[in-house]
Amino acid sequence: MKKTASLAALVAVACLVVSPPARAQGKLTVMATIEDLASIAREVGGDRITVESIAKGYQDPHFVEAKPSFILKLQKADLLIVVGRELEIGWMPPLIQQSRNRKVQSGAEGYLDASAQAKILDIPQGQITRAMGDVHPLGNPHYWLDPENGKIVAREIAAKLAQFRPNDKAYFDLRLADFVNRLNEAEKRWLAMMAPYNGVKVVTYHRSFPNFADRFGLDVIGYVEPRPGIPPSPSHTLDLIQEMKRQQIKIILMEPYFDQKTPNSIASQTGAQVLVMPPSVGGEKTVTDYFKLFDYDINLLVNALKQAGAKPSGD
Amino acid sequence: MRASCVICASIVTGGLLAGPRAASAQAPPPVDAQALRAEIDQLKRDFEARLSALESRLTAVEGRQPPAAQAPTAPQQPTAEVPAGAAGAGGPSGALPVYGGAAALSKVFNPDMAVIGDFLGASGKNNVSPDAALQMHESEASFQAIVDPYARADFFMSFGEEGVGLEEGFLTLTELPGGLLTKVGKMRAAFGKVNSLHNHVLPWTDRPLVINNLVGGEDGIDDAGLSVARLIPNRWLFLEATGQVFRGDSGETLFKSSERADLSYVGHLRGYQDLSESTNVDLGLSYSRGHNPSGIVDGVDLGRFTTGLFGVDATLRWRPLRRSIYQSFLGRGELIWSRRDQPNGLQSGMGYYVSGDYQFARRWFGGLRFDRSNRADDASLLDTGQSFVLTYWPSEFSQVRGQYRRTAYTIGPTANEFLFQFQFAIGAHGAHPF
Repeated sequence: MKKTASLAALVAVACLVVSPPARAQGKLTVMATIEDLASIAREVGGDRITVESIAKGYQDPHFVEAKPSFILKLQKADLLIVVGRELEIGWMPPLIQQSRNRKVQSGAEGYLDASAQAKILDIPQGQITRAMGDVHPLGNPHYWLDPENGKIVAREIAAKLAQFRPNDKAYFDLRLADFVNRLNEAEKRWLAMMAPYNGVKVVTYHRSFPNFADRFGLDVIGYVEPRPGIPPSPSHTLDLIQEMKRQQIKIILMEPYFDQKTPNSIASQTGAQVLVMPPSVGGEKTVTDYFKLFDYDINLLVNALKQAGAKPSGD
Repeated sequence: MRASCVICASIVTGGLLAGPRAASAQAPPPVDAQALRAEIDQLKRDFEARLSALESRLTAVEGRQPPAAQAPTAPQQPTAEVPAGAAGAGGPSGALPVYGGAAALSKVFNPDMAVIGDFLGASGKNNVSPDAALQMHESEASFQAIVDPYARADFFMSFGEEGVGLEEGFLTLTELPGGLLTKVGKMRAAFGKVNSLHNHVLPWTDRPLVINNLVGGEDGIDDAGLSVARLIPNRWLFLEATGQVFRGDSGETLFKSSERADLSYVGHLRGYQDLSESTNVDLGLSYSRGHNPSGIVDGVDLGRFTTGLFGVDATLRWRPLRRSIYQSFLGRGELIWSRRDQPNGLQSGMGYYVSGDYQFARRWFGGLRFDRSNRADDASLLDTGQSFVLTYWPSEFSQVRGQYRRTAYTIGPTANEFLFQFQFAIGAHGAHPF
């Protein structure tokens, strides 16, 4: 205890020494790679931080362009929050490298990989090759679509913010507790809405929804993509249609940034509905924060399931 | 644990049950004792059945697990014998550890490695600048990693069919004060756009005529030296100034240093601005100067002639974010002046290319390019060209490309060629160029 207290004091002193007094009073500048992380950071950081996201919620987070305008933003950042699990491998490394900002270099104090404590699914076992498509060797990076992971990420962000602003620790802790409480309440509501459809079988376009499916009781039986990152092929589409007919699948979930042509043609042959389900905050105009993301997605899903008269299979 | 308890209990019970059986052999049992015995026999059979079931399950469990799983402490440090004669002399004794085993944890620090293959084919006729019909044009091996908290290193070896060259190999210091991004090593110079790009990220199978004629050919300005880049703060746009000093050897006929003082220099100013979230413009001004080899006689630079290059480049990009993986456009042009002093006087040549590449489906790109350039050593010669390019991406890691190219030369007949290319990448996922 004494040790941690003296450590904290040391950190505080170090902060006072290192950062100019003018900046210590100002708001922390936080950059997040996707809007979901920005939204969670906003919940925790309140008016003590400014936060911005690099990728928009309606674009494919695997293929973001490393525009120089992002370099300017990263240059001024105190903290960078990344999804990790190699989601940003195609665009973050050059941005970080050119940021000329030592704080946000990989492994530095201002670099937070939000996936560190989160529950990660689809971690490949054994030998992996690119024959499996653009597989993520460190597991599926779409983990923020489980509110439980949202809480874990919020805790990590709160701890990191307090590390930068020890004086505001109580403020961040209070906001974190409030966020977790509200998320707990909301999660109960969402789970109750989804409970009648527990185990319902669906098809998704990309593997963006494993954590969502795991939390809210969906059974994903297939994908429109034959393999991650590989566009739909005729033979795979035919197989998928057969399988969907056999298992009477009525829902296809797809991300807003994919082409609807193949999902629509599958839907027309199977009688299924295509739901464009934003996997991120900002994926739809009304989805402006982390709560509204689940509100939107679950309402969309429940309404479609009601309409389809779907009953959970196996019951 | 639980299974072993059940087994122990069974054995104890079995022992207890065996006792009465031995005793019963000594005297004829009474009637109700017989009933009791029958009951006990039944119990015994039950226990034996359960015991054998448990035993078979245990065997099955043991059989399923690989031998390594039985001994969790199995990964032992591989050892080697102390060499004969070395023992007893105050040196090591016993078994010596062998480092770098297959499972050694230090492997996590290996750099990201990748190889990109570039296979080129050419058909048609070109008498001026002919390429081979089929060639494994380049195999580029890359090794990239973070060196320490202050720097990273990038190596790109370019293997031809016969030789190997260091295309780039440099250290990037990310933590220098004053916002200076510093590179030290051999690198492609920041002259214009195409000069700094590796072959595999070009939207064509070849390089524009102006690059071949005026900026040192395929390798371009690629030399050992030092690069410093700094952002110029302002309210309006991204502005970056780069200054580079090189030894002074680039291309076959561009720069050649015969003295230590014959350094070559590159200066580049880059301005970038987002016009909207989907459209942006990238402008550049470049300058380079160095000694050219035209005055070298028998290895001695008698002429001391220099070449100066000026360049202007402009790029317009469009990529709608909601459909970013299906549609995009990149328009680019570079205009380059070359002022080359040589024994027969100053040659002042000019050249440019303008190109447009449109992605019309997730895997398909179509492009056009117009070329026009004088020759550096004889500005009276003019080459012009037009190309049509079609590219297909099976995945992010491979591409197939066809290019129809028509080139009119002053010194020879017009060439009509069809070029095709297969590119494929293995290994670490590199960053996408911008």
